[in-house]
Amino acid sequence: MADVTATGGTITYREAVAEGIAREMRRDPTVVCLGEDIGAAEGVFKTTVGLFKEFGPRRVWDTPISEQAIVGAAMGAAMTGIRPVAEIMFSDFLACCWDYLANEIPKVRYMTGGQVTVPLVVRTANGGGLGFGAQHSQAVENWALAVPGLKVVAPSTPADVIGLMAASIRSDDPVVFFEHKGLFASKGPAAPEGHVVPLGAAAVVRPGADVTLVALASTVPVALRAAETVAAEGIDAEVVDLRCLVPLDMHTVLDSVGRTSRLVIVEENPYQGGWGATVASIVADEGFESLDAPVRRVAAACVPLPFADSLEQVVLPTADKVAAEVRRLAAY
Amino acid sequence: MRPQDMAFPTYREHGVLYCRGIDPIMPLGLFRGVDQGGWDPIEMKFAMYTIVIGAQTLHATGYAMGIAMDGKVGTEDGEAVIAYFGDGASSQGDVNEAFVWSSVFHAPVVFFCQNNQYAISEPLERQTRVPLYQRAHGFGFPGVRVDGNDVLASYAVTRAALDQARVGQGPTLIEAYTYRMGAHTTSDDPTRYRIASEVEAWQAKDPILRVRRFLEQQGLADQSFFGEVDEQARVEAVKLRERVLELPDPAPVTMFDHVFPNGSPEIDEEREQFTAYLSSFAGEVH
Ligand SMILES: Cc1ncc(C[n+]2csc(CCOP(=O)(O)OP(=O)(O)O)c2C)c(N)n1
Repeated sequence: MADVTATGGTITYREAVAEGIAREMRRDPTVVCLGEDIGAAEGVFKTTVGLFKEFGPRRVWDTPISEQAIVGAAMGAAMTGIRPVAEIMFSDFLACCWDYLANEIPKVRYMTGGQVTVPLVVRTANGGGLGFGAQHSQAVENWALAVPGLKVVAPSTPADVIGLMAASIRSDDPVVFFEHKGLFASKGPAAPEGHVVPLGAAAVVRPGADVTLVALASTVPVALRAAETVAAEGIDAEVVDLRCLVPLDMHTVLDSVGRTSRLVIVEENPYQGGWGATVASIVADEGFESLDAPVRRVAAACVPLPFADSLEQVVLPTADKVAAEVRRLAAY
Repeated sequence: MRPQDMAFPTYREHGVLYCRGIDPIMPLGLFRGVDQGGWDPIEMKFAMYTIVIGAQTLHATGYAMGIAMDGKVGTEDGEAVIAYFGDGASSQGDVNEAFVWSSVFHAPVVFFCQNNQYAISEPLERQTRVPLYQRAHGFGFPGVRVDGNDVLASYAVTRAALDQARVGQGPTLIEAYTYRMGAHTTSDDPTRYRIASEVEAWQAKDPILRVRRFLEQQGLADQSFFGEVDEQARVEAVKLRERVLELPDPAPVTMFDHVFPNGSPEIDEEREQFTAYLSSFAGEVH
């Protein structure tokens, strides 16, 4: 874990993951971690550094390679009252345990008439930009978004990682927690002890008057860069970091659009079926009168992600693509 | 493997790929990230590298059931299938399901488990409490362990199992017992989870050195032969390295290729828009 005093109060996103889990494990002895390579190896992305040393094999379980067993057993363990934090190494492999995420975990409470809760977190390294190819790069928050009963969290800063991790682990609902691979190396202020960010509270990370940019995880820095670019041209963009897709803080989005009258949604998943469509439909429904221009979605192309760096950059949303859309809307 | 046999590899079967006659530049294009590999799995009888652990065992099972249905199994010249996987993969549900299916459908498939004793950092003890080859018995087909660092023994066992499969005797599990000498990937540091003496002990069992000694002792090859082979390998390696460095970056518009076999209106439109967007930069210096 990061020694915050030694790093001058800043911490990487990667370190924040381990720090966020460790804080909850210290606070609540029923929190356990399980996953592939999370113990002695400290995570293939080094997001569990220090946990095995501090909490030992009784609370940090290195598992066989079986995503179904990791998530399925996490559900069973949660039924005993402990709070499992299960790691799926790459979010692409959520597909390997989808029965548990789509059919079992989100439905236990419902199908037992509210009598059984499974307070667990499934954490996973999500997203592209690192040249990992079609099966190790997908941004799949929208997969989880399609299943009622799951909460969906995707932080963009180290402090939010810590604060949202606390809220997710304390939540009695199952949470899918997306850690963005492309953000692991990014740095930010460390969160104070006891920092909790409630689930479902978006943040206005850059105030502005002309256009609203709604972003999540990796697209937050993309939107912020685009906002800087257009600022030089006299366009004042506001950037909203959703932080969670479920619960979805549309209040903050609608409030922002009410002031700017223009909306660009920036999402990393392919355009087809992306989470931005949900945001756009709610704005069309509830915010129609505030709009002065069409709602635009900047999303990935509807293709599997290529390995090649040069191609990946073309598929994914970039600050240039976002800035171009902002200019178009500002012209209305 | 005979020419008609089909292989379903993991990401480690470069040797098998080479023996199937595939240009070794192809997997390097994949690893360098400029393309997806590009060999024709059907023509070369060598499926794509499978990176989602274990999935290929079911592909192999289905393929084996397919050739059995086509009447290509059951004679001395029949076809057979081999699926490669690791010790870690043996914990996946897919792999166990492949065992069940190939067993009850009597599918002509050989499961070749390259047990290198580590799945990234997880040691073999985290995958199994019994020797892996013994698992086959519970599924109803034979399992055999072979010294994976003994080239001739590995060859003999694989050949026998494939021949059993091709004549219609059903699946076999081969556990080739070996050791992963290096790190799992460039971002893996094995000193975190294993001791140096373990690696040293396995260094002494180097399979290439062992065949070399064997050939020397049997008088089947002499210094000049080995000198020639070493030189040939060196030249090949240099050539390959040069070719890798020359691999071109793909053209941006190729990102739309091969998503659907016959195209799709949405992607065709996206490609058109993108092509127009690209040509708007025509003449600009990048
Ligand atoms: C479904 C799935 N889960 C996890 C991974 C990440 N991963 C890549 S290689 C690997 C270890 C595989 O171990 P093993 O099957 O023993 O094969 P080896 O690489 O040792 O030959 C893991 C866990 C993956 N690629 N696919």
